[in-house]
Amino acid sequence: MSAIPRPMEAVQLQRAPFERRALRNGLLTLGAWAAAIIAGIPLISVLYMLVVRGGARLGWEAVSSLPPAGFEMGGGFGNAIVGTFVMVGIGGLISIPIGVLAAVFLAELGPTRRLSQVARFATKTLTGIPSILAGVFAYAVVVLLTGTYSVPAGGLALAVLMLPTVILTAESAIRAVPKITRDAAYGMGCTRSQVVWKVLLPTAMPGILTGVMLAVARAAGETAPLLFTALFSSFWLFDSGAKLMQPTASLAVLIYNFAGMPFDNQIELAWAASLVLVLIVLVINVVSRLVGQRRA
Amino acid sequence: MSVIAPVNTHSTGTNASANGSVVIDCKLDHVFYGAFLAVRDSHVQIERGKITGFIGPSGCGKSTVLRSLNRMNDLIHGFRFEGHVQFHGRNVYERTIDPVAVRRYIGMVFQQPNPFSMSIFDNVAFGLRLNRFKGNVPERVEKALRQAALWDEVKDKLKNSGLSLSGGQQQRLCIARAVATEPSVLLMDEPCSALDPIATRRIEELMIQLKQSYTIAIVTHNMQQAQRVADITAFFSVDISKGSRTGYLVESGPTKALFESPREQLTKEYVAGQFS
Repeated sequence: MSAIPRPMEAVQLQRAPFERRALRNGLLTLGAWAAAIIAGIPLISVLYMLVVRGGARLGWEAVSSLPPAGFEMGGGFGNAIVGTFVMVGIGGLISIPIGVLAAVFLAELGPTRRLSQVARFATKTLTGIPSILAGVFAYAVVVLLTGTYSVPAGGLALAVLMLPTVILTAESAIRAVPKITRDAAYGMGCTRSQVVWKVLLPTAMPGILTGVMLAVARAAGETAPLLFTALFSSFWLFDSGAKLMQPTASLAVLIYNFAGMPFDNQIELAWAASLVLVLIVLVINVVSRLVGQRRA
Repeated sequence: MSVIAPVNTHSTGTNASANGSVVIDCKLDHVFYGAFLAVRDSHVQIERGKITGFIGPSGCGKSTVLRSLNRMNDLIHGFRFEGHVQFHGRNVYERTIDPVAVRRYIGMVFQQPNPFSMSIFDNVAFGLRLNRFKGNVPERVEKALRQAALWDEVKDKLKNSGLSLSGGQQQRLCIARAVATEPSVLLMDEPCSALDPIATRRIEELMIQLKQSYTIAIVTHNMQQAQRVADITAFFSVDISKGSRTGYLVESGPTKALFESPREQLTKEYVAGQFS
């Protein structure tokens, strides 16, 4: 009768913190915590270092003056901030419309067409291309042709870099619009282009904007493509009318130039410019996250 | 066009077309998806001011038939329709017919509530704007929301997202969106299958009210629902005899007659719950 063990007698509900299962669980949790902390370290330490070394020089003079010459004291990088914004803006003006329209084609109009397959493959390859090659491309297309380093050349180089990010994120954002939403639009009597313009793009807009912001943030920090195309300048871009066809300063190239100089003043400015650049990128990223969350 | 008297249809169907109350006359010979014969030989008539229910087991093609009426299936790759769908004196599958225009006259409500990711107001105004409606848009939006029995619940939050509503409210919003443009016919593809019983009941009551102004065709999985709302019921089944699964219309007629004295043995077994 009592040969069968009664399970209730063997029940053990007590915590056993040193049992193997519990130890393994604790270890894994600890490891995940540590990894998460390590992942945050690079950004925090970079920011810390930039604030410490660049914060001192960051002020109105730094963001509003022209770069100093050799042994000159003071000065700033106002023209580089302007140049960065203008060239990233041009890059966006070229890459966003083309990128979004291409994404519409890839996601909606002809996702299985040969053209789409080729374009998608080309885009994915382009994401992996070294950024200096975008500069070489714009150098060959614009600088050699026009005979001068210029804003459009820099803008084009940045556009080439931004394009794949815009296309791929916009495509996945459009694809993520549920099929039932498409059905609703067609069921209301939308033509294909009305489905795209009135339903798909508005619905996918937060995702598309996130991609655009990421592309902008990345382009703002690129140095290599601008070295060949916009070069550098110690003058205001808009000093005497909008002369776009001239060498132009950008934050990234200024940092590159000044960091290697043997003058303390320039090196301090390079640190301050780095801080400004990181802050710009940070702000863009935060804005893109807010936009992305808004309607989700 | 002379009326084809289908052998498998109750006589009321043919009488109805004789007195001109048939809005849609769908004589479906074959529907293919690629090489797959999905539905064959089904003659369905949708009568004005009535609710026509499509019932039948899974895979019997009832949704396919419904979606053929406003050419929604054109969006599916490989779809091919043989037969005709007579609507206002034209076959909607004629070469010269624009499927987009057809869908503006034959509205649709889907299985999953699918409001657009925009405000409640904009959802309802969507079709009006699409058709460049020149009249008073807010007035029409209110009317549509009242018709969908949703006005009182949303009148103070028309700017909120349509997606912020509950499932049942979202489905009524979709109904409001569909009726705002006053289509001739409203197609409903299992509109309650994603809803709880209380929301389902509200939609059913709503359908019975809407019947006064609209002609409705509804696909339902639920035989009780067909009995509660449908004036006419069409029973579809699946033919698996040729190694494939092809749907076809078994019989159709007034709902009461179909459930209480079906002509076909298959219908009898289905309504008795012997298979599903």
